[in-house]
Amino acid sequence: MNRLWEDHRLSIIVAAVALVGLLMSVYVVPEEEQAVVIRTGEPKRTVNTPGGQSDAGIYLRMPFVDRVVRVEKRLLDLEMNDEEVLSADQQRLLVNAYARFRITDPVRMVERAGSTDGVRSALEPILNSVLRQELGRRTFQSMLTAERGSALSNVTANLDRQARQYGAEVVDVKIMRTDLPDAPLQSAFRRMESDREREARAIRAEGGRDARIIRAEADASAAKIYADAYGKDASFYDFYRAMQSYDTTFASENGTAESSIILSPDNEYLQQFRGRR
Amino acid sequence: MAGNNPWGSGGDGSSGSGNDDDGAKGSGGGDKGKGPRNPWLPPGSGGGDGRRGPNIEDIFKNRGPEGPRRKGGGPGGPGFQFPQRPGGKSWFPVLVVGIIGLGLLATSVHLIGPQQKAVVKTLGNYTRTMDSGLQFSAPFPIETVDVEDVEGVRPIRIPGNNNQAKLILTGDQNLVDLSYIVRWNIKDLADYKFRVVDPEETVNDAAEAAMRASVAEKNLDETFSGQGRAAIELDVRERMQATLDSYRAGIRVLGVEIEKADPPSQVVDAFRDVQVAEQNADAARNQARGYAQQVVSQAEGEAEAFDKVYEQYRLAPEVTRQRLYYETMERVLSKTDKTIVETDGVTTYLPLPEVRRRSQQAQPTTTVTAPGGQ
Repeated sequence: MNRLWEDHRLSIIVAAVALVGLLMSVYVVPEEEQAVVIRTGEPKRTVNTPGGQSDAGIYLRMPFVDRVVRVEKRLLDLEMNDEEVLSADQQRLLVNAYARFRITDPVRMVERAGSTDGVRSALEPILNSVLRQELGRRTFQSMLTAERGSALSNVTANLDRQARQYGAEVVDVKIMRTDLPDAPLQSAFRRMESDREREARAIRAEGGRDARIIRAEADASAAKIYADAYGKDASFYDFYRAMQSYDTTFASENGTAESSIILSPDNEYLQQFRGRR
Repeated sequence: MAGNNPWGSGGDGSSGSGNDDDGAKGSGGGDKGKGPRNPWLPPGSGGGDGRRGPNIEDIFKNRGPEGPRRKGGGPGGPGFQFPQRPGGKSWFPVLVVGIIGLGLLATSVHLIGPQQKAVVKTLGNYTRTMDSGLQFSAPFPIETVDVEDVEGVRPIRIPGNNNQAKLILTGDQNLVDLSYIVRWNIKDLADYKFRVVDPEETVNDAAEAAMRASVAEKNLDETFSGQGRAAIELDVRERMQATLDSYRAGIRVLGVEIEKADPPSQVVDAFRDVQVAEQNADAARNQARGYAQQVVSQAEGEAEAFDKVYEQYRLAPEVTRQRLYYETMERVLSKTDKTIVETDGVTTYLPLPEVRRRSQQAQPTTTVTAPGGQ
């Protein structure tokens, strides 16, 4: 080992210097990134841009002169904070959206924003205001539902126009959340509650109504059954029913005589008793 | 696998074992390859052709006190010394070559599991995707291999673990407390790796946007009903997939399952009261039906009884009538106190209090004032 160093000192040093030099004059751009080569402050070339020719890979540069700025090539996200938006019908809504963008012009991006974070902080207030503007033209109800799509495509187009100035392209804007602020939230709860109370009351009333109808129908059909049966001979029914009635009225089952009957000797029952015939 | 930092892992493995059986391992690593079972020799270790690993005796022989002491630059502590090759040269270069060779081997042979795929970047440039199985690539600095589980289903639960209720606005401006699971896996590994910065976050955001948009198109009752839920699940899945495809995220949404859809806790009592009301209403209906059956059955029974009697009556009206009359009177009068009053101008004293007393003594007696004199 020592001998190796003594024998080949010069060549080892040369090899090391050559290696370091090679490493300094070479840069690798991975698939996920694009790069801008800046020579003395001036963008010289780009590598692996979405529209560009040169793909990811290994490239040469001039050591000390060329600076390589790496820029994300993949889709980036921009999330905005909850933002209170006033709808056209003066209702408040907390809105939270995200945008997805990518850097399409890294030179412009580097010149105007410096970094992707720079683009983000430039775009965020724009997204806020564009969204607020666009949603402010709509009613609360349409914010929630159908028109969302068209509103968002407007927002996307607007934001994209602004983003182009920073070398970025906005692919998509989506509303993530639409929430009610605190006071409307409470009133929404109250409304939901009263809604349910009304529903419960209606259900109870319906139950009562149905029950009453069912009973009445039963009574009616019972009456019909009786009428059909007894109507065949009204006078016999009168007699028959009277007999039953006496039975239940006077001959109670508990056996104790609670009724006293005073009979006139003229009574029909006592006809034979008197020996009339 | 050993894609990311092969120097670290390859070097560690063999220098760690280099301490206990020194050179044997060093050269053996170059020849046989300890880690991946690959018979192929990487180009780096081609120089160790004729070298068989020295047997243990040789090593100890060389290690003896009479052996020449060198200051070894190797990975040992002070006093550590590489044994010498038979030719008198150091083992050190062999060891270095062996470690490098092992590293190269480890980064160029890849065993990719059945669920996995791998993207290969040649000097940073995406060149191909490896399927499952035993695959080869150029060693590390030239090609990097990134293995990823492609088929495995990855669930995301929304809202996450921080158990807070996230209320979602429905189309009729009510709120629903909804939690759901999104299952996804990788559709296209290259897209997944190179198109979107944070795929998981992207799935999350897309899911939330899609869910809120879908729920906003339904009203409250629909979100609670099974059918409405199924429609929402399907809708969210399609929306998410469209969104993710527009990002070329390389992600396949396998399914969205709504875990729970509840009224917000603030109004849950009112919702329960609706259920109670429903049950009450059902109970009332049931009772009424019971009553109805009873009444109708009774009517039928009585009508039938009357019919039967009437049939007989018609056969012999007079006799039947008399019979019924007497039978009934019998029953009635046998159980009651009877007083027969002779009417002709006689004012009779009616001992009502006495009757009552007697009846209380529960000794029914019959007072019959016989029609006198006849």
